[in-house]
Amino acid sequence: MLRIQDLRAVLTENGEEILHGLSLEIPDGEVHAVMGPNGSGKSTLSKVLAGHPAYRVSSGSVLFDGREISELGPTERARAGLFLSFQDPVEVPGLGNLDFARMALDARRDAEGRAPVSDAEFSEAVDRAMRLLKMDDRYRSRDLNAGFSGGEKKRNEIFQMLLLSPKLAILDEPDSGLDIDALRVVAEGINSARSPERSVLLITHYRRLLDEVKPDAIHVLAGGRIVRSGGPELAEELERSGYDGIEGKA
Amino acid sequence: MSSAPENNAVPGLHAEYKYGFRTEIERESLPPGLSEETIRRASEKRGEPRFLLDFRLKAYARLLETEPPTWGQLERPDVDLQKIVYYSAPKKKPAHDDLASVDPELLETFEKLGIPLEEQKRLANVAVDAVFDSVSIYTSHKRKLMEMGILFCPISEAVREYPELVEQYLGSVVPPGDNYWATLNSAVFTDGSFVFVPPGIKCPMELSTYFRLNDREAGQFERTLIVAAEGASVSYLEGCTAPSYDSNQLHAAVVELVALDRAEIKYSTVQNWYAGDRETGAGGVLNYVTKRALCKGADSHVSWTQVETGSAVTWKYPSCVLQGDRSRGEFYSVALTNGRMQADTGTKMIHVGKDTRSTVISKGISADRSSNAYRGAVEVRAGADRARNYTQCDSMLAGPECSAHTFPYIRTRNPSARLEHEASTSRLSEEQLFYLQSRGVDREAAIGAVVGGFCKEVFRELPGEFAAEARQLLALKLEKSVG
Repeated sequence: MLRIQDLRAVLTENGEEILHGLSLEIPDGEVHAVMGPNGSGKSTLSKVLAGHPAYRVSSGSVLFDGREISELGPTERARAGLFLSFQDPVEVPGLGNLDFARMALDARRDAEGRAPVSDAEFSEAVDRAMRLLKMDDRYRSRDLNAGFSGGEKKRNEIFQMLLLSPKLAILDEPDSGLDIDALRVVAEGINSARSPERSVLLITHYRRLLDEVKPDAIHVLAGGRIVRSGGPELAEELERSGYDGIEGKA
Repeated sequence: MSSAPENNAVPGLHAEYKYGFRTEIERESLPPGLSEETIRRASEKRGEPRFLLDFRLKAYARLLETEPPTWGQLERPDVDLQKIVYYSAPKKKPAHDDLASVDPELLETFEKLGIPLEEQKRLANVAVDAVFDSVSIYTSHKRKLMEMGILFCPISEAVREYPELVEQYLGSVVPPGDNYWATLNSAVFTDGSFVFVPPGIKCPMELSTYFRLNDREAGQFERTLIVAAEGASVSYLEGCTAPSYDSNQLHAAVVELVALDRAEIKYSTVQNWYAGDRETGAGGVLNYVTKRALCKGADSHVSWTQVETGSAVTWKYPSCVLQGDRSRGEFYSVALTNGRMQADTGTKMIHVGKDTRSTVISKGISADRSSNAYRGAVEVRAGADRARNYTQCDSMLAGPECSAHTFPYIRTRNPSARLEHEASTSRLSEEQLFYLQSRGVDREAAIGAVVGGFCKEVFRELPGEFAAEARQLLALKLEKSVG
């Protein structure tokens, strides 16, 4: 699904290199977690993959579903089936939450050559996702993330992911700032999205989410590179010896 | 005369301003220059009644003693009134209710502007008056409206057909001496729309005028007068475009609205005059417009909605004089500036009657190196017991070199008045656009969604498909300015 080879990325503004030759592969249907200390480049990686204009790929390649995407804009990547859940989603006052969800869904369907979603189909999909994520009805009438608490925003990201059914979901710290109940709900949302056709790149600081969403593999990102990869058991090792210990073994 | 319209646009601008073409048509004009003689001759050519010539000459005498206003957050190019043509009309004088007699070049132009005049569009329930260089070309639906007693025609025709109505109301809201540009307009106005809705009649369709500046030297001085009698209601739409030139074109219009007891007038504008060169600001329309409504009767209601997206300089304050008790005035505005555009726009709400209410919602969007100012006055006279005003001014900045200014003036002489003012400033950020784009929405639609959200309270006041059009227009204009 995703194959990153020797990826180097720089800041568009001044050419400073942020990712220093990062390689990572996620097969179809797998969930891979990327962990790492603050400032290791986790969020940068997610933004580079989604095509944020602040970053430029200077060398290496990003193959998504067999296609080189590092030159594509964010819209095209999304339309190809890539989804990024933001650590801190922006607020857009005046733009209805569901109006936007529908706009995004229609863009995705358009890319697949499908007609815009019907009212009935849309409301069914919305109901299903909202039920699963225990979202109350207020989400329907509110504006996109406007005045949402941190937890509400995270939930709304997973809601959009469920609606859009991407091929690859990159989830940038979907657990940060959540209490234990909210964390379970978000984890349930992620688990419900697991399928042989969908891969997930899960960025997190904490092991707690990985107890709920069992990853197929864990990668440790430090200094703009993957310094260690392993199975789920790596999470325990991290908990014991911290990132410093892991990096030392890289 | 070629059938393909000539593109006189400044090189490179064509893609940015798609209305920047010019139509070659045979015209009859008076030489440039303003004098009593020009006014007399133009009036004679139009076959105007005596009262109008007197009105014009009085205004002209006044003009000679007046200076252009200098207040406003604006740098204005000088205007030489002697270089302007004050009478310029298509040679084939159209008979207004017969489409076949209209110059096909003109019809093609309006086609290109997306202003359909054909019979089929009658289904769309919009009656259109098309004004080309201030000469009214065609008024559709006229017969249907006439059956209900609604008068909708070029004002040049109204002065001949309904002189007593025009004489009664012309200048009653914006007196000829109001301000320099209104005085100039009163002296030389060419054409515009006239609407009269008789007592108790609700106009069954949107009335619409499309203004097109074409001639390089001709100034556009249109004059619109709308009167809604007791219990009548009408909704009126105005749209405007101009070709791209490298010298400024002057547009000095006057719009007067009169609402009698329980009458309701809704006036909407989508203004997209040529804004001048993006880098230097050269050329572009100088948009000096006086628009005012008199809520004369009790329980009358006037609502202004404007989407201002063009012109090099905009100086415009659609206002309401709330004279009748319990009358209501509303102003909903979106003003977008980009390139080197300058806008100083807002409203005046003058509370005279008791229990009068006004609402002002202003959304200013500035991009590139433009300057965007809201200037609004709320005035409560001594007798206006329990007057209420709510004002909200929001500014959005797109880019580091633009500016937004807010100048609210509040004067109250009545202690029972209740006035509220809210203001905010936000930024159209790359992060917002990236978020929307990362969900598969293309950049233009993303800008449209963010800006549409910002302008929501104004757009929902626009009739029907105009809201979608306005949103798209803003997105197109901002696309090059953001990021």
